[in-house]
Amino acid sequence: MNYEPVIGMEVHIELDTRSKMFCSCSAQFFGIEPNTNVCPVCLGMPGALPVINKRAVEFTIMTGLALNCQIQRHSVFARKNYFYPDLPKGYQISQYELPLCLNGYVDIQTEAGPKRIRVRRAHLEEDTGKLTHVGEHSLVDLNRAGVPLLEIVTEADIHSAEEAYAYVTKLRQLVRYLGVSTGDMEKGAMRCEVNLSLKNAESGEWGTKVEVKNLNSFRAVRNAIAYEIERQTQVLNSGGTIEQVTMGWDESNGRTVLQRTKEGDTGYRYFPEPDLPPLDLEQAWIDDIAAALPELPDAKLARYTGDYGLPAADAAVLAEDRAVAEFFDAAVAAATNEVDVSPKLISNWVSGELFRRLSESGADISAVKITPEQLVSLIKLVAGNTINQSAAKKVFGVMFDSGRAPQNIVEELGLQQISSADALRPIAQQVIAEHPGPVEQFKSGKEGIINFLVGQIMRATRGKADPKLAEQTLRDLMQD
Amino acid sequence: MAISRQDVLTIAKLARLTLTEDEINMFQEQLSDVLEYAAQLQTLDTTGVPPTASALPLNNVMRSDEVALSLDNEDALANAPDSDGRSFRVKAVLD
Repeated sequence: MNYEPVIGMEVHIELDTRSKMFCSCSAQFFGIEPNTNVCPVCLGMPGALPVINKRAVEFTIMTGLALNCQIQRHSVFARKNYFYPDLPKGYQISQYELPLCLNGYVDIQTEAGPKRIRVRRAHLEEDTGKLTHVGEHSLVDLNRAGVPLLEIVTEADIHSAEEAYAYVTKLRQLVRYLGVSTGDMEKGAMRCEVNLSLKNAESGEWGTKVEVKNLNSFRAVRNAIAYEIERQTQVLNSGGTIEQVTMGWDESNGRTVLQRTKEGDTGYRYFPEPDLPPLDLEQAWIDDIAAALPELPDAKLARYTGDYGLPAADAAVLAEDRAVAEFFDAAVAAATNEVDVSPKLISNWVSGELFRRLSESGADISAVKITPEQLVSLIKLVAGNTINQSAAKKVFGVMFDSGRAPQNIVEELGLQQISSADALRPIAQQVIAEHPGPVEQFKSGKEGIINFLVGQIMRATRGKADPKLAEQTLRDLMQD
Repeated sequence: MAISRQDVLTIAKLARLTLTEDEINMFQEQLSDVLEYAAQLQTLDTTGVPPTASALPLNNVMRSDEVALSLDNEDALANAPDSDGRSFRVKAVLD
């Protein structure tokens, strides 16, 4: 029997605010002593009242706009009631009927081309504390309780593990572009859950929905979905039925395990949070936030391939990370009046030498010493024949280490290209005299040997000769 | 009655309460009374009145994203029935 996987995703993203969602405790919890960033509000002490963190609302609006959502001017927080020691109040403040963001979409790239994943809603809530199980006890650390959490829910538009992976990757790229979250799954700043069912491809009948939680790495997202598709297919093919349950992903054993039977929404007894007045946002504020959004990856990609004519693969490499894209953009802007310095040349330098040096030194682009303007100057020196390509790479290395201007380095290292035929002729003559064998081979028609002779000139000039001119000079001399 | 016996059992389960037979009957009656009393509101004509989540004449109460002092760990744990000196300690919960 053929089944089509039908997958919806819920992704929780920790917002990178300074303070918590409803109190002024620091939102830092990673590597912090337990229960040191806590106060009466996030400890759930009687009488303590929450107050909404404005920046968390702003970050949610930014993300909602980037997800092409309709931002809801009127929105309300709600209590989600359940007993679990990770939340001392006995409820989580979340949003239910009136979330901040509705009806958006994200476009992902798949092997079959671009695909649109619809976003049903995105809402703001608070994170829970951390439990550590020790023997017959559980230790509760509430530093994370109350940290702003954005939940993004898709429609069931995802049909494979690869699409889910592409979607989560795209989300992480977006929140990093926006600067609203680190998106760091390994540190729990992004956590995924999937709802997965199998639809009978022939009858069109929908299967029972299974929830899989604890997907805390990109690998886990891919592997857990692939595993669950396989598991459900086997159960159905052997005549079994799928139960509506919550599974967890067991990373070390590479399988999903039953967590608990699902409690319906009614069990949470949602109701509007009486301690928080509703939000009725001014359209002007939403407009200001929209106007201040950075250019997003899809727009950059379109500009790089459309306006600059870059190949799609090159454009994707540049647009992947906001800091890289902005470095590239600044260099292109600095080269506006330089006919010799094309976006393609800049792209080659950024994704070539710059990336190579960054990865060798383990540095981040944000700490790079070369300015975009200096890179353009360097490319100009090559285009104007002042230095050749190999000398330029040498200069680039010094620039990368020191942040100095390329002109100074060229002069100091004496790398100016020898680009006058008069200067090169005596060197070429000497090379010809010293290598009679290759010269004979060339004269008898072995064209390729010319590269060896050019190499000898480059060696004699310590790389400073203009290779094209060197070749021409050699040809002229050997014809005589 | 507005509340069934099953409703009481469900609510008790969600509230982690174990009720005696007498209590089940008592709460079924009392909760029904509460609902029936509140149901009087449903006789009002609310045509054209927008639903509201809050009776207070307030909205958009927000604070700027600034960090203030938290409690000392010792104070945070002071009311806890049990701790290991850093964290709250509860009976093992593995769900």
